[in-house]
Amino acid sequence: MASVTGESVRGTARRSLGRTRPRYGELIIKVLLFLAAGLSVATTLAIVASLIPPTVEFFQRVSPIEFFTGTDWTALFKNPKYGVLPLVAGTLIITGVAVLIAVPLGLGTAIYLSEYAHPRVRAFFKPILEVLAGIPTVVYGFFALVAITPILQDYLPWDVDIYNGFAAAFVMGIMIIPTVASLSEDAMSAVPHSLRDGAYALGSSRMIVSVRVVVPAALSGIVAAVILAISRAIGETMIVAIAAGNRPNWGWNPFEQMATMTAYIAGAGQGDLPTGSFEYKTIFAVGALLFTMTFVMNLISIRLVRKYREVYE
Amino acid sequence: MAIAAVLVAALAACGSDDDDGSSSGSTNTAPQLSGAIAVDGSSTVGPLTSVAADLFKEDNPNVDVTVGVSGTGGGFEKFCNGETDISDASRPIEDDEKAACESKGITYAELQVATDALTIVVNKENDWAQCLTVDQLKKMWEPAAEGKITNWNQVDPSFPDEKLELFGPGTDSGTFDYFTAEINGEEGASRTDYSPSEDDNVTVQGVTGTKGGLGYFGFSYFEENQDTLTAVQVDSGNGCVAPSAETAQDGSYAPLSRPLFIYPKKESLTQPQVLGFLEFYVANIDDIVSEAAFIPLNDEQKAKLQSDFDTLKSAS
Repeated sequence: MASVTGESVRGTARRSLGRTRPRYGELIIKVLLFLAAGLSVATTLAIVASLIPPTVEFFQRVSPIEFFTGTDWTALFKNPKYGVLPLVAGTLIITGVAVLIAVPLGLGTAIYLSEYAHPRVRAFFKPILEVLAGIPTVVYGFFALVAITPILQDYLPWDVDIYNGFAAAFVMGIMIIPTVASLSEDAMSAVPHSLRDGAYALGSSRMIVSVRVVVPAALSGIVAAVILAISRAIGETMIVAIAAGNRPNWGWNPFEQMATMTAYIAGAGQGDLPTGSFEYKTIFAVGALLFTMTFVMNLISIRLVRKYREVYE
Repeated sequence: MAIAAVLVAALAACGSDDDDGSSSGSTNTAPQLSGAIAVDGSSTVGPLTSVAADLFKEDNPNVDVTVGVSGTGGGFEKFCNGETDISDASRPIEDDEKAACESKGITYAELQVATDALTIVVNKENDWAQCLTVDQLKKMWEPAAEGKITNWNQVDPSFPDEKLELFGPGTDSGTFDYFTAEINGEEGASRTDYSPSEDDNVTVQGVTGTKGGLGYFGFSYFEENQDTLTAVQVDSGNGCVAPSAETAQDGSYAPLSRPLFIYPKKESLTQPQVLGFLEFYVANIDDIVSEAAFIPLNDEQKAKLQSDFDTLKSAS
């Protein structure tokens, strides 16, 4: 009797731990999942690989000093000049203004939804907020050109160009609010309730709890949300191509026309540059710089997220 | 079978030649043509070829005509690479483009299908620049103007103190090539601190929204937008002339009236749908041009179009 039991126990153990027969189904799933994860890595590597050769050829003819310090970008014209600074300035101005609009509004929204709003209000608001992220950027672009710019021209006391960086940056700020708000709100909601309870027990107001307890505790998530939004703004193409103009402009007035790196790539591509021509390589040089910038942003974000991460429980 | 199809198409085409002048509705009695036709090139000529394609498709719904607008230069690039059957052009083919076509063994004919008056436009509120001389235009657009000529009163002291904002086509455009050659004296030589775009609607929007704005593009874009823009008269030494069908046809709108071309590839004529489309294009050129609101050919130019096309057909 006892020996039979022991036998059966040993049998069960062998069935679950021993490799009686290979599990092909599981293997296939494992391989598929690996491919899914590997695909994005492979795509990134392929993009880097395709950016490098034309960029190297570009720098064989244009000195990096001219590229990084020149203030004229006239790559497609006769007697071209290849100073990328006007394009970088355009990108930074528009991104900067967009972030200045999106971060306060996005964070405010997140604090309201996470700390103040009734759950029913929140269930109503959040999906609507996320719809903002689903509007095609070409719609935002025309909204900037035909709705925002005329308002700026009518009500601002100074000169506003029909194509200007500010209108583009303004709608871009609206576009990235959901990114900031939604991710920040997720991070704040994840802050354990015991922290809030503790603060309330010490007599803190809701305001103090939100700003002094919840926001610092969720800081790593908030930083990640902001950096993601910045990356999105740097890479945004359609809005700036439609609303900000195509003229590279070495100046810091956001109410003038400007061209960003993405707008140059899109505009030059529109004219169908002959493959392999030198003008064609300028697109890749600008693209490589853009890629480097967003890559560095992402590295910084990983650093910051690690630095500010607070682990509870 | 394929040969039979070609014969049928050719016969049908001959038929449509005979009842010359009949409307675009029902000239084609042949069995349905099918297949694809790839067209690319000038954004000025593009709308004309698109209208031709739309009218052609009323009788031949199974033919797919795609009309790209990569600019004259971009169009020839593809054409001489064998990617397209017909190239739209707002200037004659250039020597290096000819060489590119030759090296790929591509032969073609040059057919003038319409006339254009390259039109200078300003904002509706602009009440000072109704007429500009070629010299004044050059002063605004020449390379030496870059960064210096930024106000209307620098162009002419009688003009008001108003910021000069320039809009125009990008460097791939035949319009850019033509304008720079005629006004600045050297093809491709232009100031670079204006707003370039291959999309002429960007120029329309820009000039409409800028009091001191000035831009240029093909006449048909002005006709479409004459409610929102003013066309400038041009003085080339014989007084101010406004762009119009008449002044472009008789050449008095100088130096900015210009011929518009299509370049069919001879090798593509063996495809019945391409041959059929070109037959239709040539036979109904007046209807197509008026439907597209372009400036029509005069009788002499029309006769030349027909004979150039006949030469191309008999050669293939």
